[in-house]
This record gives sequence, structure tokens and C-alpha cells, in this order.
Amino acid sequence: MNKSVNPPAEHAFRNPIRVLARWREEFKEIFAARVHESQLGFRLTWYLGALTLGCFSIQLITGILLMLYYHPSIPQGYADMKDLQFVVSSGVFLRNLHRWSAHAMVFLVFAHMAKVFYRGAYRPPRELNWVVGVCLLLLTILLSYTGYLLPWDQLSYWGTTVGSHIMSSVPVVGDKSSFILLGGHGVNANALLRFYVLHAVILPLAVIMLVGLHLWRLHKDGGMHAVPTEKP
Amino acid sequence: MANEKQKTDAPNEAVDLNRRQFFVKMGAGSLAVAGLGGCVFGLQYLAPSVLYEPSPIVNAGRPEHYPIDSVTLDPRFGIFVVRLQEGFYALSAVCTHLGCMSVWKPEAGVIACPCHGSSFQRDGSIIAGPAPRPLPWLKMWLGDDGNLMVDRAIMVPSQNEYVRV
Repeated sequence: MNKSVNPPAEHAFRNPIRVLARWREEFKEIFAARVHESQLGFRLTWYLGALTLGCFSIQLITGILLMLYYHPSIPQGYADMKDLQFVVSSGVFLRNLHRWSAHAMVFLVFAHMAKVFYRGAYRPPRELNWVVGVCLLLLTILLSYTGYLLPWDQLSYWGTTVGSHIMSSVPVVGDKSSFILLGGHGVNANALLRFYVLHAVILPLAVIMLVGLHLWRLHKDGGMHAVPTEKP
Repeated sequence: MANEKQKTDAPNEAVDLNRRQFFVKMGAGSLAVAGLGGCVFGLQYLAPSVLYEPSPIVNAGRPEHYPIDSVTLDPRFGIFVVRLQEGFYALSAVCTHLGCMSVWKPEAGVIACPCHGSSFQRDGSIIAGPAPRPLPWLKMWLGDDGNLMVDRAIMVPSQNEYVRV
């Protein structure tokens, strides 16, 4: 089978369309090559994972567009946010799309977790995927938290102040971790820059990699088939 | 001759195996050391060595600007300047719960935090709410130019002597 789908390298080099044709084969672990109709029903998943991924895609697209107008500095960040609302054409639409899709993503990722939990879909062989999912939940919350500071208004400032104080109340390492996260003793220019880098680079990359792992494991572990229930 | 070769080969094989194990251990060990070193350097890099934060020592202005029996919040510095009959003292306005800035409520005669509802007496002691510690007293002195100075980084025991003018 592989021979027929994988042409010799020189052949592929000559005709790049052939490589494109092979994509389905290359990525079949992520996009299942065969999906039974019953798996696509609404009842099994309520499409919560797919909807979460959809929200994340909206976040990526609107986030990149918002980055074109946002400077992570004080007090420019606040002015840029206001410009996006009142001056930039479609800015208010993009900003609100980013904001509401973020809220929806947090809600959906929780709902997805609850659905997986109550359906018992975390059970073997899907334990690893459950752990990956928990990491994705934490990353979603961190994305939400780091994005909250970026408008640099009163709500973000005090929200982050409270959050970093919660962190400093951790015994022994609390103060040091808060210092490293904020890059200082309080929420200031360093904190804004660090949260921006976390929000726009580090955390999204981590999410993308883990979502890849999540989907790959999903199909490796048998797709969305119902787990055969053990008779009590 | 063949016997001799076998004899020399046998210890060589043992040495080969040992050498491989040795190098595996060496490799894993150096990777571990490099990883640990990377963590240490990484943490040091992440903790800034130079900060451009405002100085903890602030100038609270002329003493005569504060009426007797008053509690005045300076939101720029996050401090209360309290003037009683006995003299002045400075109180941190940063709530000991989660770091919000508390305010003086003259109608109730208490210091209250807007975030989670902690309230304090004007000497900093807790009346109610989730705050785990009283608001600390800060070091205050009268500067050479006659202005009240406060060092927000130095806490003094409460009911410390008052600054008299």
C-alpha cells in the first residue's frame, strides 16, 4: 500500500502535486482516514472539542490581527486598545470577537472536560489523552489570565495584582515565582511585556503542539467510538 | 593462534560493553548537568538584575497639609498618612489579603478594601474580612527640608512612636 501511495522521492520532487495527494495518508492519524457515520453524531460529543478548537482558531486569527495595532508598553497599550475600539476600522469587531471567543473557549473547554468525564471517555486506553486535555485546560486558563492584563486598564491591573499575590502566597517559592513572572515587585512595564510574550507566543505554541498530540492520540486510541462498557 | 585471538577478543568484548555503558552514562550525566545548569541560568535570566521601579522612599509633603485627626490616602504611593493628636504615622494602603489598594471611609471611620471586603482600624488592625495581617506601619521621618518622608520598604512595629513636628 505504501509503495503505491509513496512515490519515489525524485518523482515527488518533479511533481509537487503528488506530495499534496499524499497528505491524507501522511496525516491520517490526525484526520482519520475512515470515520464511521455513527461517530459523527451530535450525541457522543456534543461537538464540544471541535467547537473549542474552532474558538482557538478564531483566537489565533483575531489575535494576530490585533497584534498589528497593539504595542505592549505603558501607557501605549491602553491607548492602542482604545484606538482599536474607536479608530481602527473593524477594530472593535475584532477585539470583541477575540474577547467573546476567549470567554466561549474557557466555557467550552470546561464543558468538553465534563462531557468526557461523564461519558467515562477518560478510561483506558485514553488516560494519556485525558492528561493532555488537563494540560490544555490549564493552558487555556493561563492564556485567559495573561490576555486579561494586555488592555492595561484598571480591571486588568488589579486583576493581575490579585493573581500575582495569590501566587506569592505559595509557601517558600511563592515570592520568587511571582517576581519572575512579573519581572519585578509589582505589575509594571516588565509584567506587561512578559504577559504579552506569554500570551502571544509561548502559550499559543504550547497549545498548538498539545492539540496536535491530543488529536493524534484521539485517533490512535480508537477515535470517538464509545468505549465498550463493562457489565457490572 | 586462533586460541590466542579468542583470548584477546573475549576481554575486548567485555571492555566494549563497559565502554558503551560508560559513554551512555557519561552522556546522560552530562545532559543532566547541562539541563540543570540551563535551568539555573534560565531562572537567573528570568529574574531581572536591574529594576526601573519607583523608589520605595517617597515624599509625603508638608506636615501642615494634614489636619489633626485625619487619615489621608496618597494613591500615587499606596500609603495612608495619619495625623493624630500624638503625631504622624504612615500606614501601607496595600491590603494584606491580595494586594488591592484600600481606602479610608470617613463616614464609617474605617479603612476598607474594595476587592474582597477587608476592613481595618486606622491604626491598621483588622476589623473584618479575609485579610490575614494588619496593615503594616511604615518608617516615617521628617526630612531636612521639612517634608514628611516615608520608606515603603521598611515596616516598623505598630504603635511605634509617632513622628512629631
